[in-house]
Amino acid sequence: MGDYYVPAKYLLNKIVDAEILVAPFITAKTIELGSKYSPEFVCTPFKYTLGTMIESLDNGANILIQFGGGCRYGYYSELQEQILKDLGYKFELLNLITNGKANIKRIYKMIKRIDKNFNVFKGLYYFFITIKMVKYMDKIDDYIRKNIGFEINKSSFSNLKKEMLEKFASVNNPFSLYILYKKYFKRFKKIKINKSKNCLKVGIIGELYTLMEPFSNYYLERELAKFNIELKRFTNVTYLLLKYKKVNKKALKKSKEYMKYQFSADASSNVYWTKYLCDKKYDGIIHIKSSFCTPEIGVMPILDKIANEKNVPMIHFSFDSNTSEVGIKTRLEAFYDMIEMRRK
Amino acid sequence: MKVGLPKGLYYYYCQKWVYFFNELNVEVISYDTNKEIIELGNNSANSEMCLSMKIFLGHINYLQDKCDYILIPNLHYDKKNQMCANFNCLYDLVSNFFKVKLLTFDNKKEIKNYLKVGKELGFKSKQIKKAYKIATIKYNKTFKKLKLENMNKLNSINKKILLVGHSYNIRDKYLNEVIDLFKKFNIEIIYSDLFDDDYYFYLSKELYWKYSKINVSSVAYCKEQVDGIVFFTTFPCGLDSLVNELLMRKIDKPYLNLVIDDLDSLAGMETRIESFVDIIEQD
Repeated sequence: MGDYYVPAKYLLNKIVDAEILVAPFITAKTIELGSKYSPEFVCTPFKYTLGTMIESLDNGANILIQFGGGCRYGYYSELQEQILKDLGYKFELLNLITNGKANIKRIYKMIKRIDKNFNVFKGLYYFFITIKMVKYMDKIDDYIRKNIGFEINKSSFSNLKKEMLEKFASVNNPFSLYILYKKYFKRFKKIKINKSKNCLKVGIIGELYTLMEPFSNYYLERELAKFNIELKRFTNVTYLLLKYKKVNKKALKKSKEYMKYQFSADASSNVYWTKYLCDKKYDGIIHIKSSFCTPEIGVMPILDKIANEKNVPMIHFSFDSNTSEVGIKTRLEAFYDMIEMRRK
Repeated sequence: MKVGLPKGLYYYYCQKWVYFFNELNVEVISYDTNKEIIELGNNSANSEMCLSMKIFLGHINYLQDKCDYILIPNLHYDKKNQMCANFNCLYDLVSNFFKVKLLTFDNKKEIKNYLKVGKELGFKSKQIKKAYKIATIKYNKTFKKLKLENMNKLNSINKKILLVGHSYNIRDKYLNEVIDLFKKFNIEIIYSDLFDDDYYFYLSKELYWKYSKINVSSVAYCKEQVDGIVFFTTFPCGLDSLVNELLMRKIDKPYLNLVIDDLDSLAGMETRIESFVDIIEQD
């Protein structure tokens, strides 16, 4: 998912003595493979992850790791295991989260099975560093998202980020990580940008996988940056790992007039974020999801209602494995023209 | 006083409420699904919602000016017994878009729910508790009877099929037109929603949806005794897309996967069902 393979690989490399294969970047072939063996109307992340699994198995992996989650994510692993076994692969699939809970005992047993010399304290130590790393990455990503649309020298942000991630991967203790983070944050701030004070601001909300995996939303953020727009996105791994419960509680409190009960997955936070973005006078909201995403579909009418009442334009994108890229570009351009016209 | 209970989604899990209201002399208004309701639902629902959800919204639309209150519970259990995500947003969807008075409860302790709703309707707690007790007895009696009948069908000499689907699909009067096609053959239909969830573990270890567990355990329980299995799903059901796929890969009986979107023509369904029955009868 996005750049998060860096901390994941870092953690596994440090705690277990095994060869780690990073899953290949998603390509059109991955999707084709994935949708070929997927059930008919499953949501799109299933197809992507299945495709990636098949490709990594072909590359010689024999242990796959899958994260469960809320809604349908949690049940992916069992069906994927069955599909891959029917295809004749031999492997082991480790599901870290079952029944919506991370079972620490189970995870410990799994790691013990891979590597017999596993040390708990060492594992916890590196887990702590990884969490810190993800936090710093998300902070820097937030800054990049705000300013990437206004860079003067093209791809100066992305080049610096690449360099930073490489440095991050060779860190050994939390202090040097912190120093690196400070250093790179300064360098990011020094990058020349041409940003006016009343630039267009757009918030992106939606379903987590589609938001965080740039290939699955056809590099929507990159396209948006070309229009000189400041972007705001809430969903990231920090939110999912650490803030999920807190944000959901806050969402229920702050948007009482629109919802009484908590929705599953990210739907209730999306209601809150929509209200937040409207109140902060953003120029537009983009809601993206994979097709057939049940929680988001249920909540979409409510999001529309909020945006309507507060008079903020909102556009919905639903990505499937065979959505055409040109259609999305056209709709984005039209959306951009509209919010620009409203400004005038 | 009239309380509306839309015959969709949770209606089939809230049967006890019907007895409860009857005991309190509250008129319960609910209609069977028909063409008009489906059209109303199609107009008021998001295009990507599943057919069951559309039917539900159609019912609300149809009921809204025919009753004083509509009962919409927020059914949710613990993490190991989750509901479909649609069930959690029903109340807020309706309260945001329809101007009807709503009765609601959060699924915590059963008797508390009844007390809350009963008090909102202006009854005393003594009355409510009595009505609740009688409703529980009546409900348990009928449910047990249905279960027994269903189990007895397993002993019949005729060919047997197991109909796997959610209650709100296989009990819906309008969608039942498809199931009625089976009835002209000499076949026993065993419903999957009248089982206990004791056996799901044999087929799926990580399953965490409350009502999918019942379906899976029904398959695990009687896959040896039936001659064929029919999966009955509305398009695009989130849970069934995964669970049914897993079941299809794990069973070795003949099966038929019926996915229903709009019931415009039954002719296509009829051919598929006939050929499926032919397969069963040849065994």
